[in-house]
Amino acid sequence: MFLKQLSILNFKNYEEAQLELSEKINCFLGNNGEGKTNLLDAIYYLSFCKSYFNPIDSQNIKHESPFFVVEGYYQNKDKEEVIYCGLKRNQKKQFKRNKKNYDKLADHIGRIPLVIITPLDILLIIDGSDIRRKFVDGIISQYDTSYLTNLLAYNKALNHRNLLLKSFWINRNFDKDSLDVWDDQLVQYGNLIYASRKKFIDDFTPIFQKYYTEISKDQEEVALEYRSQLNEGDFESLLKENLDKDRGNHYSNIGIHKDDLLFKLGGLQLKKFGSQGQQKTYLLALKLAQAELIKNISEEDVIILLDDIYDKLDGKRMSQLMGIVGSGNFGQVFITDTNLERIPSILTEEKINFKSFKIEEGSVKDV
Amino acid sequence: MHQISSSPFNNAVEKLASLPGIGNKTALRLVLQLLNRDQKEIEEFGAAFVDLSHQIQYCNSCFNISDTPICDLCSNTSRSNDLICVVENILDVIAIEKTNQFSGKFHVLGGIISPMEGIGPNDIKIPELIARITENPPKEIIMALSTTMEGDATNFYIYKKLANLNINVTTIARGVGIGDEIEYTDELTLGRSLLNRIPFQNTLSLK
Ligand SMILES: Nc1ncnc2c1ncn2[C@@H]1O[C@H](COP(=O)(O)OP(=O)(O)OP(=O)(O)O)[C@@H](O)[C@H]1O
Ligand SMILES: [Mg+2]
Ligand SMILES: [Zn+2]
Repeated sequence: MFLKQLSILNFKNYEEAQLELSEKINCFLGNNGEGKTNLLDAIYYLSFCKSYFNPIDSQNIKHESPFFVVEGYYQNKDKEEVIYCGLKRNQKKQFKRNKKNYDKLADHIGRIPLVIITPLDILLIIDGSDIRRKFVDGIISQYDTSYLTNLLAYNKALNHRNLLLKSFWINRNFDKDSLDVWDDQLVQYGNLIYASRKKFIDDFTPIFQKYYTEISKDQEEVALEYRSQLNEGDFESLLKENLDKDRGNHYSNIGIHKDDLLFKLGGLQLKKFGSQGQQKTYLLALKLAQAELIKNISEEDVIILLDDIYDKLDGKRMSQLMGIVGSGNFGQVFITDTNLERIPSILTEEKINFKSFKIEEGSVKDV
Repeated sequence: MHQISSSPFNNAVEKLASLPGIGNKTALRLVLQLLNRDQKEIEEFGAAFVDLSHQIQYCNSCFNISDTPICDLCSNTSRSNDLICVVENILDVIAIEKTNQFSGKFHVLGGIISPMEGIGPNDIKIPELIARITENPPKEIIMALSTTMEGDATNFYIYKKLANLNINVTTIARGVGIGDEIEYTDELTLGRSLLNRIPFQNTLSLK
């Protein structure tokens, strides 16, 4: 499936725009603040029913306008599909497929697989473990429907347990049987999540390494390490061993809510010892591996949005990257750049088909 | 939101609106309805609630609603003392009675364990259940609580507390609903149904 035509009205800094797109690669070129990323965001909207950058829907309506519309015409083999997203201020978002409203937005998500790669991805490296767990959870939930159910159940049991520990502390009492019933639930769901995450990292790592090697031309050795307290022993015994500590700070110190995914480069921590270009390469390989996994599971092409990737990447790695996304292995690609020549010249050199658009103050011109 | 300056009126509206599922607008409409009736009828309404607060008691044994210290169900000698069915609230007693499949005694907990809502085992009738069972052990207790995480936690807690009493603790079956189609059953339920499958013969006796 690919996006043939995109129409937008009063979306962010666009009053009105209509783009006829290439099935292969599309470049949005222009200066800072002209509206390149906003176009990617419109495409993102059509896949995920929301903005990637601004979670407040109404703030994506062009200032002073009463509504926005983003509409995409997709070609799905020999069929055309129209996805419509409209929002009036102070009203519920309308989301339609072939003119029919969805009962639940969740029914749409996943229908048009898409992976976005932006400078914000750097947060995966520099932020706390929470964002890396979310990254992993997000991918696993796409192919394992019971995973999300287990995760929600685990978090609920954890919440109960923490509040119970707190109430013991406030009331200066303790009832082991009361705690045991939550330990039991925590262990039951925790072990399932642990097993799924472990299997996921095992399957995901070689795909990730393949992309890293391709982009870097085999320059560095990389590895992903799943860190979990459950690697050190059985969950139930660990809970028992840590009971005093848990009571002391009235909080659950053990469990898969403490898991992390470590990024290794040549055996060292990427965050501390990776150069900016190496970090960028790392993130690209993670996201491309995610795209490959989604493509294999959904058996659909995956749209790739690449925002400002030139930043920090050298010419060689950039050519490699263009070669990978231009091979047609994923699906349609959208790229932004401030330089009008750079990316088109690489693509021409690599003999990859593409279409360029010049973006200027919220208007689009074919180049 | 209502702008009527009569304090008895507003008072009645406010009281009704404090009930779950009744908003200000509905309360307003109900009070206006009531005002259309005879004074005698309105007084009967009031009296019904006064009686409720004065005369209702809870059964000392099972904590069902009752007019007497021991309720009708508990004092009914044709009901077996060997079976106790543990439920969350009185609505569950009514539901189970409607099935005509149970002829033991009940125990109404009045809630389930939920630290998130600040409800612990001692805030509901669990200590009373343990005492009742220790004093007069039945052959079996049937846990008939909701199949939520909190229901499971309550089941497990009671099970642990009764572990040394040598009583058979069972729970109502959980699985595919009668009349449901397999393909529309959610994975969790279907998975449980497979794990807890039963001999086909047992299904023959069901009506
Ligand atoms: N709701 C809105 N109404 C009007 N303008 C908006 C709205 N939301 C964002 N904008 C504006 O859109 C402009 C373009 O943003 P965008 O992020 O697309 O630029 P860009 O071309 O990607 O620039 P850069 O090269 O700096 O990344 C910004 O000036 C921003 O203020
Ligand atoms: Mg941008
Ligand atoms: Zn009774």
